[in-house]
Amino acid sequence: MKEISYILVLILLLSCSKDDSGDAPDTYMPTPLALDVPPLFVQKILPPAIPFTNPQTVQGVALGKKLFFDTILSADNTQSCASCHAPANAFSDASQFSDGIDGVFGNRNSMPIFNAAFNYNEKFFWDGRSFGLEQQALEPVKNPIEMHNTWEQAVTDLQSSADYPNLFQSAFGTATITKELVVKAIAQFERTLISGNSKFDKYLLGTATLTPQELNGFNVFMDETKGDCFHCHGSDNNPLWTDNIFHNNGLDAVFADLGLGEVTGDPSDNGKFKSPSLRNLAFTAPYMHDGRFNTLDEVINHYSEGLQNSPTIDPLMKMVAQGGIQITTQEKADLKAFLLSLSDYEFINNPAFQN
Amino acid sequence: MLSIVLFSSCVEDEVPGLQNTNVSLNFKHNWDGTAVTNTDFNTIQYFTAEGDELSIEKLRYLISNVTFHKSNGETIVIEGYNLVDVTNNENVSYITPVQIPVGTYTNVSFTFGFDNTDNVDAVYTDLNSASWNVPMMLGGGYHFMQLEGKFIDNTATETGYQYHAIKAVDNTDPMNLVFQDTFFTVNLGEVIVHNNSSVDVNMNIAEWFKTPHQWDLNALHSMLMPNFSAQVQMHENGQNVFALGTVN
Repeated sequence: MKEISYILVLILLLSCSKDDSGDAPDTYMPTPLALDVPPLFVQKILPPAIPFTNPQTVQGVALGKKLFFDTILSADNTQSCASCHAPANAFSDASQFSDGIDGVFGNRNSMPIFNAAFNYNEKFFWDGRSFGLEQQALEPVKNPIEMHNTWEQAVTDLQSSADYPNLFQSAFGTATITKELVVKAIAQFERTLISGNSKFDKYLLGTATLTPQELNGFNVFMDETKGDCFHCHGSDNNPLWTDNIFHNNGLDAVFADLGLGEVTGDPSDNGKFKSPSLRNLAFTAPYMHDGRFNTLDEVINHYSEGLQNSPTIDPLMKMVAQGGIQITTQEKADLKAFLLSLSDYEFINNPAFQN
Repeated sequence: MLSIVLFSSCVEDEVPGLQNTNVSLNFKHNWDGTAVTNTDFNTIQYFTAEGDELSIEKLRYLISNVTFHKSNGETIVIEGYNLVDVTNNENVSYITPVQIPVGTYTNVSFTFGFDNTDNVDAVYTDLNSASWNVPMMLGGGYHFMQLEGKFIDNTATETGYQYHAIKAVDNTDPMNLVFQDTFFTVNLGEVIVHNNSSVDVNMNIAEWFKTPHQWDLNALHSMLMPNFSAQVQMHENGQNVFALGTVN
């Protein structure tokens, strides 16, 4: 009740500010916007982590969405964030590597974007090099193999556009655009990208029924003597389906990409990459940080028979000498069926998330 | 973040006029007397009683219900829990969320893990967020400890171990799980509490592998959660793990 009253006060302030256009900007308050947190998330996990320096607002999210889909941020106006983070792919890229405006490809698979507000440690990218979504959003614009722009040019283009100064005025109370405000808006939009309505979510809520194969697959997932996936990839009690922590999952004996180790400089972090969420796997192929696996079958085979030993392989990778956990063909099929039940079709088709 | 007071604390028999204070429990770790912090992780350098050489890559454990015992038999129970995360050096100090009277306590104790009243599946959102759960096929609830690393096995190969402590469960018949309690009370002994007292609690990690069961990592290194006898042995070895350190 207290929160509702607070929101009402803010709305009243917003109304006043419209009547006083041209007055001191510090009286302007955009409209607060609560995140639409799924019921299972409310029940099971901590609330979203939203920086107090960048509260969610209606105007900020709308601006962030426009920016996310606008090619104006790239040097030649050909690429937007969505070029490599498409809604149909759960805001990932169907290609193994994404090409930038100059046709140069990166060396990592585009990470899907959803439930970022629940990444409590705030480390983003496969190697965790950015702290906070705002910091993360600063990078692609200036990355020479992505948008290959400068922030100075991007801000100049936005400032001279017909729409953006007014939109920034509405979102942040100032028409003077800065890169900091640009990434704040994008981060606000990204925090609204919440996926929590898969078949398995509905099953937990008692509104859907799993097939026997999907249930068997869930048991493989949760069984420490079989899949033992739950230690890193969440569970029915952690609906993020990731621990958002960095692990070496036995992909390589020798590392072409040091991952977290490149960021920390600590050799014991070499070959470690962030555990991706297992939500929305139906839309996010190819898999792993370098997109080496085209199918879920390949992923499951990796953990069952394909593990490569190395000094930093995670202790949770079992039976490494045998190549992995050695689950049966039937168990693999069951596990795959369960994993696909974590895909959220309403999320990728949500009109609020489309261009 | 993972230090939570769940219920109102039961502070009994406070004497008016006595000074009250918070107490800080500082969890410190050693290997048979050699200090261990997360900066010592990831290097194979410790020898178990069995002679296995190992590293530590992850160590976190749960303590709950810190209790201050008075000489007259009364107790002050600080109901709540703390997930000590040595890997990330988080929550290694636990400041009692309520104040207690200064004075002499004949014993300070806490529960290693959760007792059966508190070990309720899914109810702690911070522990769920930390992926601290135990699968329902093993009875649900929460881990008590996750100690992981590598050891040199009997083929001279670096092999992962996962020394995960939970409530012991025999799942031979999945429809009829049989449990045995493995939480235990750690008694630190007499503590004189001053204003803003600081109490060191020392964990000798080597003891998890030593007494009374000399642990053979070659036999017991993986898939220990559903291993009933391994869980019971962890419980028994845990009795000698903690000791009172410096009190200021």
